[in-house]
Order: sequence, then structure tokens, then C-alpha cells
Amino acid sequence: MAFDQDAVRRTAHLARIALPQEEVPAVAGQLEKIMALVEELRAIPTEGVIPMAHPLDLEQALRPDLVANQDARQRLMANAPAAEHGLFLVPKVIE
Amino acid sequence: MDWEVVIGLEVHAQLNTATKIFCGCSTAFGAEPNSHTCPVCLAMPGALPVLNAAAVDKAIALGLAIGAQLNRKSIFARKNYFYPDLPKGYQISQYELPVVGRGQLTVQMGDGIEKVIGVTRAHLEEDAGKSLHEAFVGQSGIDLNRAGTPLLEIVSEPDMRSSAEAVAYLKKLHALVRYLEICDGNMQEGSFRCDANVSLRRPGAPFGTRAEIKNLNSFRFLEKAIEYEILRQKDILESGGSIVQETRLYDANRDETRSMRSKEEANDYRYFPDPDLLPLVLDEARIEKVRQGLPELPDAKRERFMQQYQLSAYDAGVLTAGRDLADYYEVVADGVEGKLAANWVMGDLLGALNKAGVEIQDCPVPAEKLRLLVQRIEDKTISGKIAKDIFEEIFHQGGEVDAIIDSRGLRQITDVAAIAAMVDAIIAANPQQVAGFRAGKDKLLGFFVGQVMKASQGKANPDQVNALLLERLQKAD
Repeated sequence: MAFDQDAVRRTAHLARIALPQEEVPAVAGQLEKIMALVEELRAIPTEGVIPMAHPLDLEQALRPDLVANQDARQRLMANAPAAEHGLFLVPKVIE
Repeated sequence: MDWEVVIGLEVHAQLNTATKIFCGCSTAFGAEPNSHTCPVCLAMPGALPVLNAAAVDKAIALGLAIGAQLNRKSIFARKNYFYPDLPKGYQISQYELPVVGRGQLTVQMGDGIEKVIGVTRAHLEEDAGKSLHEAFVGQSGIDLNRAGTPLLEIVSEPDMRSSAEAVAYLKKLHALVRYLEICDGNMQEGSFRCDANVSLRRPGAPFGTRAEIKNLNSFRFLEKAIEYEILRQKDILESGGSIVQETRLYDANRDETRSMRSKEEANDYRYFPDPDLLPLVLDEARIEKVRQGLPELPDAKRERFMQQYQLSAYDAGVLTAGRDLADYYEVVADGVEGKLAANWVMGDLLGALNKAGVEIQDCPVPAEKLRLLVQRIEDKTISGKIAKDIFEEIFHQGGEVDAIIDSRGLRQITDVAAIAAMVDAIIAANPQQVAGFRAGKDKLLGFFVGQVMKASQGKANPDQVNALLLERLQKAD
């Protein structure tokens, strides 16, 4: 799969990474190599192999539905850059 | 040539667990902002999710109720997008292997027609927080109390062919989650919300391009949004245009759908299995335990009502549409005739509730009281007409059935001599009508019955009045 410069810019945008234009060709080249490796892996016949979602052969443990956390808002919000009336403040996001 | 509309629904049901899906924070509604948060639902580095057993059991219950295949192994995945009310930068959801696989729901349309709607899947995921835009200039406030609340997303097949079918499906699903007690079903508060995929095609042709309509938080909005969307797409297609696949928002104030173009670019969620969560494995014991705890479901209850109370399919359908109403009816019908109880519950009671804008759960007349009232009709203490007056009074002012009957002297008159005296008086006072009746105007009987009932202030037993009137009128002078 080709990883051209458009794909690099799009991926960077989706990940909210500010990628300077001059770095795009180099990153495209690097990602192209990674994709080549993925292509190699894709060529391996995997028919009849059960897809593995997790490397550990374990099951998800379940937790009983009991409230375990007390209000710790003040402590949890202590490192928020901006907060008011118990709300986190962020730049306006309405469309 | 006609167009056929094709509709599929995605429903998000908030599961009514005590705690969030991946942490021990309370899910109670209406708390101080961010007071129900912890390092897990705030996405602090290093915090790890642990799955809530109750959320899993509630998903299993839905799966069993729609006859779905339950996946013995399901996988949690990350759905990646950026929005301030989603602190991790991804939502934990299920993608390739959801907990509930294919099932179906049968809906009753008018005229006794049934339609089977396929359910593609249902998967567990976490809700996002809330953004508040009004209170701050140039900034938004974020409340993450709701972040991490368990949701069950139930996805239908594109099997519906009209807005009426879509509404019937949504209502059935709504009733089902309430029967199962897995979701409170509150649509205003957003505990049960719906997106609709709508497209048009020529009958028999492949599916057309669809638009996804968001923000449908009532049955009426679902219907209106689909109707609007049908007209919009028809206009475009008939003037030679083509439909753009996009997300649209329903605006109830203007009764229209609007494009949400800015969301389109973000529609690449790059799902991948969440390495923080192991596969969810359902064993037979767990499934069996949930099965044992299932209540009687709407379809089974409807069948039973038809048998046990001798009700029509329509009456049984109305009475079992909601679990609370069905329970109420069964208390009323316990000891009185089933059809009479149904008439009272569906007629006077639902009418009064509707008029007052009150839900059955908050009904001011307890079911036991309505049963007693119906019993007083059956044992001929009062007439049906008087019972209606008493019901109105109890509904609005409260009070006890027997106390009202006694204190106001509403007891039905069944004394033959007393009724005969009234009948004779009415006959004597209306010679013209008597002559008319005897000349063959049978319809005048109603006039006489009305006069006697009026004279008795509604208390005379109507059957006896009828019999005595006929006897006296048919007897020639």
C-alpha cells in the first residue's frame, strides 16, 4: 500500500499532530517502509487461524457493580489548566 | 414511479447499572459536575479499565430477549476521535466481535399485521461526557460525570419501509428494555436515544445512498425526521441529483434535518482491539443465570392476556405495551371480568392520564381502588355512569370508593317498586311520545330510558328500567 504525502497529512491531522510540510516527505518514506513490512505480514497464509485479540491467553475479569469511588473532584481537577464551577474549561467547541 | 424508503435504526440504551462500565464511579443522574469521576474515567495516565459484571448481564438479557446469538467471546476496541468530552481520545466500544450477534424483533402494525425486523448486533460501549456551551464566553465547560456510563448500542438491519414501522420498532425496543429493567428508557434525559439511517430506492433496486439522522429523542421526532428526509431525498433524486452520504441533525424547532458537514472528515475512527481489556468470555452458567432471571416478555404477556382475560389482540397489545401498565391492569382484572377491566384501564384511566399528562407509574388512582370501583359495577351497587363520576373524583381529589358511594347516596336503585313508580310517572308525563312509540317509533325507547335515568339522578339500574319500560309501553291502555 502506498503511503503518499496526502495520506501522511491526513493521518497527522487525525492524530492531531502538527507536522511541518518539510517533514512530510521524510515521514512518508518511513511510513512506506513500515507499510511494506505490514504487506509482508499480510502475505502469510492465516486461513483457519483464530484471530488473536490479545497476546495473553486470559479472560477479562469482571467487577461487581458497587460504587467504590467517593467524590475526589478537587484533587482530580488540581492539575487542570482551567476549571470553573467544577467544570473543566476548554476552548469553545460548539459548531 | 414510486420510491421506497429504507430505514435502519441505531439505538443507544444507557444501561441502568449503579456504577460506570469500567470504574466504580456512580452513574446517578444530576450530581455536581465532575463529582462522579476518578482516574479511570478521567483518563489519567496508567489508569486501567475493569469491566462491570452488571453491564455484561444486562447485554446478555437483551440478547436473550431478541433471540440473538450471544458471542461466547467478544472483544473491546478503541474508536479513536478527538472531542473534549471524550478524555482518552478514544471511546471503548466493540467492533468486530460484539457481545450480542444477530437477533430479531417482531412488531405489530395496524390491522393485525406483524413484521419481523432483524437486529444486526448489540455491543457494549462507554458514553461520553457533556459539554456546556452557554455559561462561558469563548470557552466550553466539560462535565465528565456521564463519561464511562455503560451503553448498549443496538443496531437494526435496514428492514423498515416506513416511518410508522420505524416508530413501531423503536417503541417495541423501548418497551423491551423497560420490561427487562436494563434501561430506564427516559428519552428526554437521553437514556434511550436513536439515530436513523434513511435512503430511498425504486422498489426492487439496490439500496440507495443513505443519510444518518442524529438527535432523535422522541418517537414523534423520529417519525417527523424520517418524513422530512423522504421529501428532501425525493426532491433531490427527482431533479436528477444524487444523495450525499452524510450525518444530518434533526432540528425539532424547524422540523427539518441539517447537514453536519464538519463531522465528515473525522469519520475515520481507526478501530483497533483495546490492549487494556482482555476478551470477554461468556460461559453457559452466566447466560443461564440471566435467563432464569428474565421476566415475562411483551409477546408472551400479550398471548397470555388474550387467553387468560379473553381480550382481543388489540386490547392485549395496548395493555402490554409497557410493563407498568400491564402490571396495573392485572391488579384491576384480578377478580373482575377481564374485558370490563380492560375497558376501564384503556378508556377512562388512560384517557385521564393522557389529559393530565401523567405517566402510569404516577397514577393517582391505585389499581386496587379501580378494581373495587369495577367490582361495585359488577355487584350492581352503582351504575357504569355513576362509576365514571366517582372515578373522575378520585382521580382529581382522591377518596375511597365505598365512602363516596355512601356519603353521596349514589347506591344504585334496584327496588322494583321504586323504579316502577318512576317509569309510570314518566309515561304519564309524556303521552305524545307514548303514542309515538306505540305507533312503531321504537327509537323512542331511548328517550324514555333517558328520562327515567335523569329522574333517578343516574341511580336506577338501567337493565331494570329497560325491562319495566318495555313492559309498560307495550301494554295497551
